[in-house]
Amino acid sequence: MTAPTFTTYRSAAPAGHDGFAQLLRAEWTKLRTVRGWVVGLIVAGLLTTGVGLLSHGECGSQAGPSAPVVTGGPACTNPLGPGGEAVTDSFYFVHQPLGVDGSITVRVASLTGSYSPAGVSAQDLKPGLQPWSKAGILIKASTTPGSAYAAMMVTGSHGVRMQWNYTNDVAGLGGAVSAASPRWLRLTRAGDVIRGYDSLDGTHWSAVGTATLTGLPSTVPAGLFAASPDYAAVTSQSLGGGSGSGGPSQATVAFDPVTLQGAWPAGRWTGTAVGGAVNGPYPVLGYRQSGGGLVVAGSGDIAPVPATGEGSVSNTLVGAFAGLIALVIVAAMFITAEYRRGLIRVTLIASPRRSRMLAAKAVVVGSAAFAVSLPAAFAALLIEEPLERSRGIFVYPVSALTEVRVVAGTAALLAVAAVLALALGAVLRRGAIAVTAVIAVIVLPYFFAVPLALLPAGAADWLLRVTPAAGFAIQQAYPAYPQVTASYTPGAGYYPLPPWAGFTVLCAWAAAALGLAMYLLRRRDA
Amino acid sequence: MTALPVALRDALAAEWTKARTLASTGWLLLAAVVLTVAVSTVVAAAVTCPAGNCAEDPAKISLTGIYLGEAVVAILAVLMIGGEYSTGMVRVTLTAMPRRTTVLAAKAVVLTSMVLAAGVIAVLASVLAGHLILAGHGIDPAHGYPSLSLGSGPVLRATIGSVLYLGLIALLSLGAATAVRDSATAIGIVLGLLYLFPIISTVLGGSLARQLQQIGPMTAGLAIQATTGLASLPIGPWAGLGVLAAWAAAALLAGGLLLRLRDA
Repeated sequence: MTAPTFTTYRSAAPAGHDGFAQLLRAEWTKLRTVRGWVVGLIVAGLLTTGVGLLSHGECGSQAGPSAPVVTGGPACTNPLGPGGEAVTDSFYFVHQPLGVDGSITVRVASLTGSYSPAGVSAQDLKPGLQPWSKAGILIKASTTPGSAYAAMMVTGSHGVRMQWNYTNDVAGLGGAVSAASPRWLRLTRAGDVIRGYDSLDGTHWSAVGTATLTGLPSTVPAGLFAASPDYAAVTSQSLGGGSGSGGPSQATVAFDPVTLQGAWPAGRWTGTAVGGAVNGPYPVLGYRQSGGGLVVAGSGDIAPVPATGEGSVSNTLVGAFAGLIALVIVAAMFITAEYRRGLIRVTLIASPRRSRMLAAKAVVVGSAAFAVSLPAAFAALLIEEPLERSRGIFVYPVSALTEVRVVAGTAALLAVAAVLALALGAVLRRGAIAVTAVIAVIVLPYFFAVPLALLPAGAADWLLRVTPAAGFAIQQAYPAYPQVTASYTPGAGYYPLPPWAGFTVLCAWAAAALGLAMYLLRRRDA
Repeated sequence: MTALPVALRDALAAEWTKARTLASTGWLLLAAVVLTVAVSTVVAAAVTCPAGNCAEDPAKISLTGIYLGEAVVAILAVLMIGGEYSTGMVRVTLTAMPRRTTVLAAKAVVLTSMVLAAGVIAVLASVLAGHLILAGHGIDPAHGYPSLSLGSGPVLRATIGSVLYLGLIALLSLGAATAVRDSATAIGIVLGLLYLFPIISTVLGGSLARQLQQIGPMTAGLAIQATTGLASLPIGPWAGLGVLAAWAAAALLAGGLLLRLRDA
């Protein structure tokens, strides 16, 4: 008797694989075959590119009477400094030619100023210096605005400084200048190398800084200068109201004595209003001999220009906020729709390792968001900058590296936000609640800190440091210069955290949310 | 009695039953009130004016919580219809009450009543908190600021207007959700409409900022809260609320038309 033989049925189809690659493929298939989600991704790209195109200002036009002060009319033109950045280079310069080797030493006995709080009439002038009113000695490649320079100066309220080539600023002696407490300044030239020194008594000197001005001509204008940046006051900046007022200012400085050593062949001073004469309420801008020294009065500034408003990269990429909301909807629904339809059970039967399934979803939705946003952000710059130039607007230059960081960073910001939305969708399981939650943690902190602006500045800055909204810092394209008074607000493209630090805060939130989602996905029934 | 009022009355009863028997309705209304009052209180406590001549608007500060409370109101409104689409309940509703416009009207009435009731509590509590806190910070009539009492015309207008504002936000959200038939998409669109206008107008600036603030549903609608500096507002208080009303009407019209024309 033979034992009956049983043959178990085996499908002729090859065995399936449940590797991560198969999971990715499954999730990618889900994403691309839901028409609404594909439409959502495309809309996100279009919004990212398109919203920035709404701006239609022309150079020189002023903001409306109640517009925030950070949005003063876009600039028509700016000289560029040796580093390629936009600069202001407008001051009164009393100079004579200096050869390859030489030095200038001065004693500054007084620095006074006046400013026009609201208008341009001489009756309105009030006495007083601006914090960055500056005067001192200067060696400059030429009198053309934007040319290389190095200067030692006394300032309104920041003590003695050595500044060179617009962006470099080193502090020397502190305190204000007065007849009782004068300051001695010295610049020495040896070829391309300029050294700055300061002293309280003219005998004991200390070195402040060393500037190397590459390619400095053998004979350059050198001498005394005075400048004073515009007075600016912000009265209110809240939504729907807010105004700024300001006006030109002037600084007058007395040098006595002025000592020249080395190659000064001319022996005679010439006065030049570099960057054009500043008109306005000042009848006397220039210089006069006074005893053994000189008195110089000047207006303007020698400094980098903070990039704000139209013509700045952050302005062009404002569409990222709108693109973000579209991506958040798609990313949250990518998981919540599975719960709504019960598809999650099929998904988890096919791939019982739950965390891996969520990881695959995160990779797919994050990559899709990045792939849509990267060309969209790039296109925004590519389209908007020529349009701005055609309207005569000055486009603030950025280095290629910064441009890549801002464009790729915007795409990465949107991708990480999409992952955060997916994670919160997995935690909350309901689309509407998840979308609201993500908007509440990314967009609302920005809204409360920036357009609403009712919170004190410190609290607003903290909102942009600790919430996922910190990630927008990756869009900051221009450095904030401590030596230039300006409203470095997030609305103008300046964030409280450095770009990568802000982005890291967002990533940390996304990682924490994803961790919580994986934990809950394993613990809860689907 | 004619047929329509009966249909409307029954529809109202049905919608009221659905709304009040959902656990989420009560929680969301409570959250709207609590968040509105909490944010208003925190901002009022944070605003200081040491010099005593800041350009602050006491009514606006006391009602800052509306900026967050409206998001919760929008969720509630979106779920009124979006929840039915996600569960398939909408088919039962439309089978029982085939007059689709009546269904939407009933939902709008029930929703608006609930939101206005919660709004009155939230707004009055916020104004009261602001009244008590701001006086302690020197932002009171003794320091040259307008009084924050309901007896003053502008403050009364800001208070009533803020309640109406919440009602209109609810209608806008209901209309949007009816049009797109999905809660998540609808809430994203509504919150985008609300918060993107002020963000974009702040970043872009210039003359465009004013235009964006005039047409944005939130920036225009909340002009109703201003009691100082009316001359420099992008849009007048009642005109601004009118802009929001136009948004809500357009959303309801689009939602109503699509509800009639499409399969559920």
